[in-house]
Amino acid sequence: MLLLCLLVGATAFAQGRKGLVINEVMVLNDSNYVDDYGQTNAWVELYNSTYASMQISSIFLTNDPEVKTMYPVPRGDVNTVIPARQHILFWADGEPERGTFHLNFKLTPGQDNWIGVYDADGLTLIDSITVPASLGSNQSFARKVDGKGTGVEAWSIREGHSESYVTPSSNNVIIDTNAKKEGFKKHDSHGFAMALMAMSVVFSALLILSLAFLLVGKLSEKIAVRNKIEAHGDDSAATQGATTSVKGDSGEEIAAICMALYEHLNVHDNEDTILTINKVKRAYSPWSSKIYTLRDIPRK
Amino acid sequence: MEETTFISFMGNNLSNFLAFTGFANVTLEHLIMIVVGMFFLWLAIKKEFEPMLLVPIGFGILIGNIPFSQGMEIGIYEEGSVLNILYNGVSRGWYPPLIFLGIGAMTDFSSLIANPKLMLVGAAAQFGIFGAYMVALALGFEPDQAGAIAIIGGADGPTAIFLSSKLAPNLMGAIAVSAYSYMALVPVIQPPIMRLLTTKNERLIRMKPARAVSQNEKILFPVIGLLLTCFVVPSALPLLGMLFFGNLLRESGVTTRLAKTASNALTDIVTILLGMTVGASTQASQFLTKETIFIFFLGFMAFIIASTSGVLFVKLFNLVLPKSKKINPLIGNAGVSAVPMSARISNNMGLKYDPTNYLLMHAMGPNVSGVIGSAVAAGVLLAFLG
Repeated sequence: MLLLCLLVGATAFAQGRKGLVINEVMVLNDSNYVDDYGQTNAWVELYNSTYASMQISSIFLTNDPEVKTMYPVPRGDVNTVIPARQHILFWADGEPERGTFHLNFKLTPGQDNWIGVYDADGLTLIDSITVPASLGSNQSFARKVDGKGTGVEAWSIREGHSESYVTPSSNNVIIDTNAKKEGFKKHDSHGFAMALMAMSVVFSALLILSLAFLLVGKLSEKIAVRNKIEAHGDDSAATQGATTSVKGDSGEEIAAICMALYEHLNVHDNEDTILTINKVKRAYSPWSSKIYTLRDIPRK
Repeated sequence: MEETTFISFMGNNLSNFLAFTGFANVTLEHLIMIVVGMFFLWLAIKKEFEPMLLVPIGFGILIGNIPFSQGMEIGIYEEGSVLNILYNGVSRGWYPPLIFLGIGAMTDFSSLIANPKLMLVGAAAQFGIFGAYMVALALGFEPDQAGAIAIIGGADGPTAIFLSSKLAPNLMGAIAVSAYSYMALVPVIQPPIMRLLTTKNERLIRMKPARAVSQNEKILFPVIGLLLTCFVVPSALPLLGMLFFGNLLRESGVTTRLAKTASNALTDIVTILLGMTVGASTQASQFLTKETIFIFFLGFMAFIIASTSGVLFVKLFNLVLPKSKKINPLIGNAGVSAVPMSARISNNMGLKYDPTNYLLMHAMGPNVSGVIGSAVAAGVLLAFLG
C-alpha cells in the first residue's frame, strides 16, 4: 500500500504543470506583433520549461487574484500542447470567441497588471507576475533567461530595439552557438585539456569504485571469518584455521580439494539408467487421444 | 487507334517501372557499398570474425544500398518507412541501453570484484578515446565530431552509437560500422602491439588466483557501482543504469527469468535490429565521403592507442606493486571493452608463452572494467561537448 501511494504520488508530481511559467508579457501593443485577425493587442507568452511536451488545456489564466478561474484554456484543441522548451502565446484582447488563444480579459496600460496561471483544479497557482505600470508602448516585460528565476529580479523590460528586442513566441535569449564546443575550439585546439580532464574523471570514477570494492572485499572477508568462527565454536586453533582458510579460499583451491576428496572416497557415479530400444507402451485414454483433441470441434 | 493507345499505355507503364528499378538507379557508389557488404559477410561467415555483428551489418549494407527512387517510403532515411521506424532505435539512441542491459545480465563481474585494482587498467585503456580525439582535431574535425569519432577507441559499439547519435548524428553510420569492424579485427590488431611492448619475462608473470567472491558482494556491486559512477558522470546514466540493472537481475538470484530474457532473447532481438539498421544506414550517398575514410583511419588509431595504453599502464603499475602482486602486462590490452574477445586474446597469448598460465579470468577484470570505463568516457564527452 505504501509503495502504491509512493508510486501514485511520484506520478502525480511528474505529471504536474510546475514547469509552466509566464515568460513574457506586452501590455500596450501599438505596432508590434499582429494576431491572426490582423490586430495588435496585449499578449501573454507561456513557456514550458520542462524537457517533455505539456498539455495545458483546462488550466486557467486570470488577471484578478480573486477570480482564479477567469479564462479556462479549452479542451480538445491540438494546439494546446506545448513542446518541450517551447512557447505558446495568448492574446489579452477580451474576445474569447476568436479562438483558444484569445483571452476573455484585457490588460490595462499605465497600471500594474497582475497575471496568474492556475492549474486545472482552479486553486493551485502555477505562476504569477505583476507587470509594472511603467511598461511603455511596444515594450515587453520578459524573463532574462527563458523559464528561469523567481521574483521580479529575474525579469527585465525589453525596449523593442536591436539591443533589447521583444521576442513573442520565441526564445528570450537566442542561442546561436554551442558555447561548450566553441570554448573547446578556442582554448583547446589540440585536445590536451580534454584528454587531461576526461581521463581524470574516468580514473577518478573507477578509482572510487575500486576503493569501494577493496573495502567491501575486506568487510566480506571479515564477515566470512566471523561466520566460520561461529560455526567452529570458540576454539582458538579453529579460529586460526578459519582465518587462514578464508584468506586462502580461492576457486582453484576449492576445486583441488573437491577433486582430492572425490578421488580419495572413490565416489564414482553409479549409472542406474538402462538404455533400451524396447517399444514404449502407453495405455490408451480418451483424454490423451489425438483423435478427440485435434479433430473434433470443441463444444461448450 | 484504341489498340495503339493500349500498347502505348503498357509501354509507358513498363518504361516508368523500369525507371523505378535498381538497374536504372544504380551508381558506382552503390556497387562499391554492395561489395563492402559482401566483404563483411565473407569475413563473418568464412573467417568467423564476430559473425553475430557482421552478418546483420553486412546484410544491412546490402539492404541499404539497393538503388531505388526516393519518395516511396522505402529508404531508411525516408520518414515513416519500415526501415526508418526500425532505425529509430539507433537514431534516438535507445537500442544501445537495451544492449547494455543484456551485457549486464551476461557479465560476471567476480574477477573485477576479487581484484578491484584491475579497474584502473580499464580506465587507462580509455586513453585510446582521448588520443584519437586529439588526432581527430588535428585532422580538422570539430570538437563534437572528434568526440563522437574518438569513442570508437572504447571498442564498444553500443556506446559509439549512443554518443554519435547525440554529438554527430550525420557521422553515426560510419562511426558504428568502423567501431564494429575494428571490434571484429581485435584478434588481428592487438597481438602485435602486445608482443612489441612486453618482454619475455613479463609475458611469463603468473598472477595469484582470484579469491572467491561472496554472493553479497556480487549483489552489492551493481548497486554501489551505479551510485558511485553515475553520481560522478550522470550523463552516462542510460548506459550504466541499464548495465548495472542487468547485472543485478543476474546476481540477485530472484529474477532468473528476467536475467535470462535480458541476456538471451532481448539482446538477440536488439542485436539483429541494431546491426541490420546500422548496416542499412550506410547508404552510398551518405557513407562514401572523405570523412568516412578519416573515421576508419581514426578508429584504427584509437584501437592501437587504447591497446598500447592498457599494456603500458600495467608495466607502469608493476613498478609500484610488490613482487607477489605483479600483473601480467598481457592483460593490459583487455582494458578495451571488446568483451570477451580481448580477454581471450590475453589468455591465448599467455598460453603461447607458458602453456599452464591461464590469464582469462584475470583479463576479464580489466575487460569488464573497460565496459564501465568507456560508458563513463562517453558520459564525460557528452557532458563536455553536448
